[in-house]
Amino acid sequence: MRPLSIVVRTICNIFAWFVAIFGAYVILHGHLTPGGGFQGGAIVATFIALLLVAHGGKSFLGWVKKEIFSSFEGAGLVAFVCVGFLGLSTTFLYNFLALKGGLFGSAVPIGPNAGVLNSSGTIALANIAVGLEVVGGLSAILIFMFLGMRYVSEGGKEGVKDDK
Amino acid sequence: MMDIAHIAILLMIVISAFFAIWFDNLLNAVISLCVMSLLISLEFYILQAPDVAIAEAGIGAGLTTAIYIMALKACRSSRWPGKGNDKNERS
Repeated sequence: MRPLSIVVRTICNIFAWFVAIFGAYVILHGHLTPGGGFQGGAIVATFIALLLVAHGGKSFLGWVKKEIFSSFEGAGLVAFVCVGFLGLSTTFLYNFLALKGGLFGSAVPIGPNAGVLNSSGTIALANIAVGLEVVGGLSAILIFMFLGMRYVSEGGKEGVKDDK
Repeated sequence: MMDIAHIAILLMIVISAFFAIWFDNLLNAVISLCVMSLLISLEFYILQAPDVAIAEAGIGAGLTTAIYIMALKACRSSRWPGKGNDKNERS
């Protein structure tokens, strides 16, 4: 896919970062507001799709290697399973960090309140792991879709493997 | 007031789903499907499921449309290999 016009690319350069920041917000506030790992990961993957469509896949693959997204996928899955097994002294996925103090375990105030960001224990870690996995998976789908498209448009002679 | 908005959104979902089937140009059909997905996410929000609404807006309206458009471009360039690419991509 060739890059789109300079208008589309400039608007994408300015506004695509807000999509990425909003996706990170939805992932990190997954235990307080609607959303979570899957929804925020889908929003961040929309950011990848926006860059891929506006700048063309050739320059996008010049910036980022596609193996990075596969490694995101693997790292997210391993992190989620590790978070599950760390609580195994009680049960699988036991929230062993809650109410222990520190970064993830601050106490929740009593009464109506807006929610404390650091109060979730392992839920935030699991959300981050799921978000990483969904970003990797959906971005890998988009990138391999683009590589197959380039394979078809070159008549199938060159093969996918010379795309590195 | 809320009922009117609710019924209007349901009607627009049906209309956009009809247009997604009715268009001969496949790009128009994909955009109509995107509009249907966006209206469904609005409907989920009215039914007080904001979680599902975010997932539907991100995946249905964003990613699926991008994947469909990529597949559509690949189909065009495979149907007219070589010279016809520019003319067909502009339409």
